Amino acid sequence: MIEIEQITKLYDGLPAVDSVSMTVDTATITVIVGTSGSGKTTLLRMINRLVEPSSGEVRINGTPTGTLAKHVLRRRIGYAIQGHGLFPHYTVARNIAAVPELLGWPKEKINARVDELLDLFSMEPEQFRDRYPAELSGGQQQRVGVARALASRPDLLLMDEPFGALDPIIRARAQEDLRRIQQALGSTIMLVTHDMEEAMHLGDRVAVMDEGRLVQHGTPAEIVLRPATDFVAEMVGGVERPLRLLSLIPVSEIVEEGSAEGDALAADTSLRDALSTCLWSGRDAVPVVQDGVPMGRVTLDAIRAQAKGQR
Amino acid sequence: MKRGTLLRVALGTVLLALVLRPAWFAWVFAPFAPEGGPIIYERASLLSLSLSHLGLVALASTAATLVAVTLAILVTRPAGAAFLPLSRTITNMGQTFPPVAVLALAVPSLGFGSGPTLVALFLYGLLPIFENAITGLSTLPPATMEAARGIGLSRRQRLVRVELPLALPVILTGIRLSVVIALGTATIGSTVAARTLGEVIIAGLLTNNTAYVLQGGLIVGLFAVLIYDAMVQVEAFLFRRLGGQPSETSE
Amino acid sequence: MVPGMVALAAGLVLGLQLAWPWLRLAGAALGLAGLVWLVSQGAPALLVGAGDYARVSPGAGFWCLLVVLALLMADALSNLSPGPFTRAGLLAVVLALLALLLQSGVLSDLSIMQEYASRQDAFRDATLRHLGLAFGSLATAAAIGLPLGIVCHRRAGLRRALLPILSFMQTIPSLAMFGIMIPLLGWVGDAVPGAKAIGIAGIGFAPAFLALVLYSLLPVVANMIAGLQSTPPAAREAARGMGMTEWQRLIRVELPLGLPVILAGLRIVLVQNIGLAVIAGLIGGGGFGTFVFQGLNQTATDLILLGALPTVALALVSAIVMDILVELTRPIPEHTP
Repeated sequence: MIEIEQITKLYDGLPAVDSVSMTVDTATITVIVGTSGSGKTTLLRMINRLVEPSSGEVRINGTPTGTLAKHVLRRRIGYAIQGHGLFPHYTVARNIAAVPELLGWPKEKINARVDELLDLFSMEPEQFRDRYPAELSGGQQQRVGVARALASRPDLLLMDEPFGALDPIIRARAQEDLRRIQQALGSTIMLVTHDMEEAMHLGDRVAVMDEGRLVQHGTPAEIVLRPATDFVAEMVGGVERPLRLLSLIPVSEIVEEGSAEGDALAADTSLRDALSTCLWSGRDAVPVVQDGVPMGRVTLDAIRAQAKGQR
Repeated sequence: MKRGTLLRVALGTVLLALVLRPAWFAWVFAPFAPEGGPIIYERASLLSLSLSHLGLVALASTAATLVAVTLAILVTRPAGAAFLPLSRTITNMGQTFPPVAVLALAVPSLGFGSGPTLVALFLYGLLPIFENAITGLSTLPPATMEAARGIGLSRRQRLVRVELPLALPVILTGIRLSVVIALGTATIGSTVAARTLGEVIIAGLLTNNTAYVLQGGLIVGLFAVLIYDAMVQVEAFLFRRLGGQPSETSE
Repeated sequence: MVPGMVALAAGLVLGLQLAWPWLRLAGAALGLAGLVWLVSQGAPALLVGAGDYARVSPGAGFWCLLVVLALLMADALSNLSPGPFTRAGLLAVVLALLALLLQSGVLSDLSIMQEYASRQDAFRDATLRHLGLAFGSLATAAAIGLPLGIVCHRRAGLRRALLPILSFMQTIPSLAMFGIMIPLLGWVGDAVPGAKAIGIAGIGFAPAFLALVLYSLLPVVANMIAGLQSTPPAAREAARGMGMTEWQRLIRVELPLGLPVILAGLRIVLVQNIGLAVIAGLIGGGGFGTFVFQGLNQTATDLILLGALPTVALALVSAIVMDILVELTRPIPEHTP
């Protein structure tokens, strides 16, 4: 568990981060979202003390971060950034091994861990271990960057716009990968982004920052349904809010008895995609299957009621 | 900035006084002169030596600039591209030739006097200008070049209106390097009887008169530093106008 | 005469084959061999019956041909762009051939070789002194400049204050710099007890050495800084974020990534100092400059060449060797995905 208490950063007397408090549960993803200049990156960098807080405290599993030497603290926290920051003169394997090496792990343990992580990120170890970063595609570089941040099984993984430099399709895949790996490893992740879509998609919790202050911290649904300020409402996108809301609910939640014509949808499809399928194919109802077994159907009316009923 | 300007004016004034009224500084140099020996160099007027020194450098550098930039334009055109690798090799290897050696080697073929010095200054001055001009002309922003083609400029117009102005700061850096080398090499030219300020230093070395050495060294040093500084300022101005960052280190 | 002429002509013809760089290289080599043959055969032939004091030296035509052939060779090589090991091998072969040629005595009738023969001891001393000046000042400048570069890399204030001073120092013409060193070190030699005993005096080795060190500081420091700062910002941020100490960042990331640039700085200094060390000859500092300036004084072309040619050769060889080193230390091997 990560506890942030009354943390503040002043630059020339002006607060960049203004008395922010929040708690992050173990094995969840918290996404910090805000416009540029909102203080979100400063908040993140105060957690591994790349920026020294002016006041306040951060505790990781009960240990205040201020009691550890900076480099010792940072070795316990994974850190992945935009543009991956891989060392161009190290092979993929040495890049991933960087922190375990700093921690003095034995060689065999490091090698095993490198192969394990490459497997996890669907990169054939035999093929990729000895390549240099310049020989990888953008998506692969980014995966190695995240693998490196996870290598020493850190208590916490900090990610600063990790997918910012990727094109939309690779970006969506990277987000899926992150979700899958986070669930497989049970990692605790704090991720900074300016993209509300990404925040909604990845976050168990979303924290919205504005002008240095934490204006709302809650589940994605709470943020969409009850935006705390006009700024949050604007961030969740005004007229698109019903669609955002639908994107958070899987069809399995409103599936009903009965049958429908045409191609079926998987149970974990979002209502937003289901609505899109209905409109596109001109159907009023679509069949739903789970693991290939018919579950029932979802109707346009039910979707409409869901979007409206939440008001 | 203010302090820099003040320093420049002060140094400039000292330099002028040293050249025009050397007698004023007799008390400074007196401790270094041999017992009873001359203190201030009087065999030739310092002004005429300075003018001749600067004239040599100016002539050689102008000629070198014209030739080097023309050559650089030729080898960066499609028709001259075949010569690009060779010309890079020549400039790289040529710059390893010590300027003094170039000067010394010019003497057997050209004799003594200002002639060989001028040739040596010219030949050696070509290299940095040529190298920088090639760099400047071959590393222009591709988007700008594409746009220049896109709005229908002819090759010639592109060269005159886009490529040369954009490459100018880099070319100027080359000219500066070349001028600094020329100023120094011209000093050594006095050993082959060219009329330059080196004459004062060498006269001092030959007669063990440290006052001469200091006097000549100070004047040449001040000229070099002030000229170098002026050229840096011009480059910085051009860089700023083109929206770039002036380089923090100036080689 | 004839075989030399044939080789020279064949070499020039082969050397002009645009499409075949290897052929051009072979042609240039053949041409050079022909040229050497001509010189070695021509000199004794001309000396027959010319008296004991007659001298033969190659004329302008020889030097022009030499330059043309060297250019052909350079062009062929730059087209072939051989790898670092091939280049080192080629350099070794060329140097071995040159040594063989000079040792064999086929050129001993040339006046420059006779000049050498009559000054063998002085030449050996001058060589040692020249190497001492060039490499000694390089080592000293590296010992001072590299740590200074690291400090400047970390402290922007010091960097901004120091670099302009160093670059102004490089601007001062060498003769003036050497001249100014003379009273300075002369004063130190007189004022500091024991300084004279270790060779610090106004004239000779010490002022030349100090001047060279001062000239070397800018390239060493500036390239050290540029090398350390060539680390991509994201990589530096990542290194900090993963918990590397400053020292670990320097050793593991910044130095290896900057090594080629740092070595390039040392290359600049070495080549520059080999050339500048010639000026030491003017202030009694020894080295090849002694011959150059003696030669200039006496209008003795061979003496000038005896000083200038080894200097040029030394500078060229150093540049090539350093270039090879720079390439070998490039941290990211260049192979395509």
